[in-house]
Amino acid sequence: MTHFQLSVNGRQEQVSADDPEMPLLYALRNDLSLHGPRFGCGLGQCGACTVIIDGEAARSCITPISSVGEGKITTLEGLGTPEHPSPVQAAFIEEQAVQCGYCINGMIMQATAFLSKTKNPTEGEIREALASNLCRCGTHVRIVRAVQRAAREI
Amino acid sequence: MFETLTTRRDFLRTGTGLVVSFALAPAVFGAAEASISKVNPKPTDLDHVDSFLAVGTDGTVTVYSGKVDLGTGVKTALSQMVADELDIGFQQVILITGDTMTTPDQGPTYGSSSIEMGGFEIRKAAATARKALLDMAAQKLHVEPASLTVSGGRISSGNRTVTYAELVGGKSFSIGVDSNAAFKAPSALTLIGTSVKRVDIPDKCTGAFTYMQDVRREGMLHARVIRPPAMGAELVGFDDAEAKSVPSFLATVRQSNFLAVVSSTEWGAIKATAAVRANWSGWEGLPEQAKLFDAVRATKSIKEDITSSVGDVQAALKTAATHLDATYDFAAHTHGSIGPSCAVAEIVDGKLTCWTASQSTHALRLQLATMLAIPPENVRCIYMDGAGCYGRNGHEDAASDAALISSKVGGKPVRVQWMRADEHVWDPKGPPTLLDMKGGLDGNGEIVAWSSSLFTPATMGTNVPLLTGMLANSPSTGGIVPGGVTADLAIPYDIANVHTVAHRLESTPFRPAWIRSPGRMQNTFANESFLDELLASASLDPMSYRLEHINDPRGEELLTRLAKLSGWDERPSPRKSTGDVCQGRGLAYVHYDLTRAWVGVVAEVEVVRSKGTIRVLRLFAVQDCGQIINPDGVRNQIEGNLVQTTSRTLMEEVTFDRSTVTSTDWASYPIITFPDVPEIVVELIDRPEEKSFGSGEPSAAVVPAAISNAVFDATGARIRSVPMTPAKVWAAIGDH
Ligand code: FES
Ligand code: FES
Repeated sequence: MTHFQLSVNGRQEQVSADDPEMPLLYALRNDLSLHGPRFGCGLGQCGACTVIIDGEAARSCITPISSVGEGKITTLEGLGTPEHPSPVQAAFIEEQAVQCGYCINGMIMQATAFLSKTKNPTEGEIREALASNLCRCGTHVRIVRAVQRAAREI
Repeated sequence: MFETLTTRRDFLRTGTGLVVSFALAPAVFGAAEASISKVNPKPTDLDHVDSFLAVGTDGTVTVYSGKVDLGTGVKTALSQMVADELDIGFQQVILITGDTMTTPDQGPTYGSSSIEMGGFEIRKAAATARKALLDMAAQKLHVEPASLTVSGGRISSGNRTVTYAELVGGKSFSIGVDSNAAFKAPSALTLIGTSVKRVDIPDKCTGAFTYMQDVRREGMLHARVIRPPAMGAELVGFDDAEAKSVPSFLATVRQSNFLAVVSSTEWGAIKATAAVRANWSGWEGLPEQAKLFDAVRATKSIKEDITSSVGDVQAALKTAATHLDATYDFAAHTHGSIGPSCAVAEIVDGKLTCWTASQSTHALRLQLATMLAIPPENVRCIYMDGAGCYGRNGHEDAASDAALISSKVGGKPVRVQWMRADEHVWDPKGPPTLLDMKGGLDGNGEIVAWSSSLFTPATMGTNVPLLTGMLANSPSTGGIVPGGVTADLAIPYDIANVHTVAHRLESTPFRPAWIRSPGRMQNTFANESFLDELLASASLDPMSYRLEHINDPRGEELLTRLAKLSGWDERPSPRKSTGDVCQGRGLAYVHYDLTRAWVGVVAEVEVVRSKGTIRVLRLFAVQDCGQIINPDGVRNQIEGNLVQTTSRTLMEEVTFDRSTVTSTDWASYPIITFPDVPEIVVELIDRPEEKSFGSGEPSAAVVPAAISNAVFDATGARIRSVPMTPAKVWAAIGDH
């Protein structure tokens, strides 16, 4: 067993794993009981597992726990709560940009990282920024509207 | 090939196929808490108000719905219906869905039936309850029921008030559902017809929501199933020595061809699975992919379903001035849920509890009971929201995986999370479908003959068989169940001679099931594209012809509004554009099942001739689904249908070799991504006085034909095959 110190949503957490290659996703979901990051493919193809590490969107399903080091991890829970959502979360709620919602963690995390670097993005830039996040329900048009709304309100 | 009922031979060989090898002593598996016995018995039949509703002492109303929310917003819409009918606040409604112990069996959540059927059953119960409450209040207050007013669950006569909670809080109604109970007049409704915000969205956007995949039980173990590398392979043997070196490994479970690994951690289960060396027999029972539709055509038809017959088609085809023939094909599709299927099962004192995202927990309960040979009353399935399934995906199979594995490890709670390849390869598929079309026009360009022949799997049985049971050779109640695939083979147009027939095939390459708009999508693709071919041959405008030949005022209004919305340019197709990059528009229309919602779509596309690439620029849709419960919810469904079906039409296809499915992930089975998503414009026709029809499917059915017709308008080339890949488009343009 190796013990890993992780900084998650501003708190120091300790996680034990018998394999340093274990993807961060399993530590977040199973050891820290977080529901935000989701298992979609485990292959880095869909974005459902996205978290933000030091300001960058990262696919936690292919990020070995041992590679995170002192990186500051933010999950969907770390952005806001139903009572106090972050601007991006609030925009998704306002636009009702959810069907099943399974992809939405990835959409909100990716958009949050994107908007922190890009002010006043065009619709085309938003679509490109989300191009590697898959949604099967076809919620795309609402998601783009939500990110546009968030961009205006940040 | 996927043929008939799964065999019981190995099961009957009294356990020869059963091996459970433990790394740790079985004592590690203790008793879990008895979740099945905690709920008081309440009626769940369809005849009693108490089956559907209970008023709490705090004035909340708990609603028990057999229909579940598959991410479509049904929970919100059902709450609106009940709150409105009962005159209570929206916030006073608590909805319990899909728990087989407490909810009535209202049938599976499929076929756009949740509001149309399930919702109205619940609304009837609410209307019955409201009347009973008024009668009780009248007696208590010594007034006539008609003199009472109701608001927020408080019944008043002047300044005297009695609440629902005071009348029946914590007690049962003990009355039957009155099928004549009157609904409130549309003018008196305050919630139905409004875009109440969805109840689940704030939690889903903040990580506060509990999906099926988030369910955890005390002492829960993690399992993964090792699938055969060839779909019909037999497990000759296995060696799990290396898996045992994974520290969290607990057991390998085998029954016949079902092989799984159990671990105390999820990552351990994944690693141990990779470390098991399994020896499988070879199997090459799938057709060659390049000749898939030859194989479909050559499959024995065991039944002919004639879905419409008017006049004498053969005679009319003989005498027609112009005669057209065409064949349309539609590839096998996977449901492609973004979250692979997942379930948790545990067995306490012989009673199985299964948490599942199944769209039909009541049917699953019976299937699990059969598989494990235990009485149905000892099985409880509890619905938890999963990722969208769009039909019968792998949810039920994950549930049976978890149940079987739990039964092999002393009933311990077991969580099975399917991996991406489990879902892509092993979910039941929308079957490959073929349609032969024939049409004839007279000298004036009037269509006088229409004939279609559909080649689609037969329906044998009521359930899709559980994959677990098939591999484990357990008893099964499943058969071939592709869904209502012959619907909308008949056409909504007034043509003098029509014959439409479905050849129901005895087998199909993959275990089939319904995927969003089963059959209706394939049939409407062929119908609406072929109609366009006939009209083009007579140089007729596609919109005008439909308007003149549907003889249905609601259809006519819909098309008139669609023409306006899309700025329809009245002229025949094709547009005769030149140049490498050309644009076109196409129309498709359906009256769903010929008895339900009406929907029309206009697609605008751009085609690059030299590359064969199609870009869908815009989709305009108008839908009439009768009385709308939640307009924004309906819009969300239509948008989803249009985007998802654009993806299915342009790029989706299950690929395979002779042994198995080779489209195993999102790289080998790509779906649409943000840059390619079209602009969507939706207009709703609300008819508060009319019956509500479901919106989960109808607008999907029209998309493939609208795109095909638009490509024809742009290029003059006709695409008769889904997916419309660049290679097919390029070849069709080249032929032209
Ligand atoms: S789950 Fe990580 S990218 Fe799909
Ligand atoms: S909302 Fe269901 S996958 Fe995106």
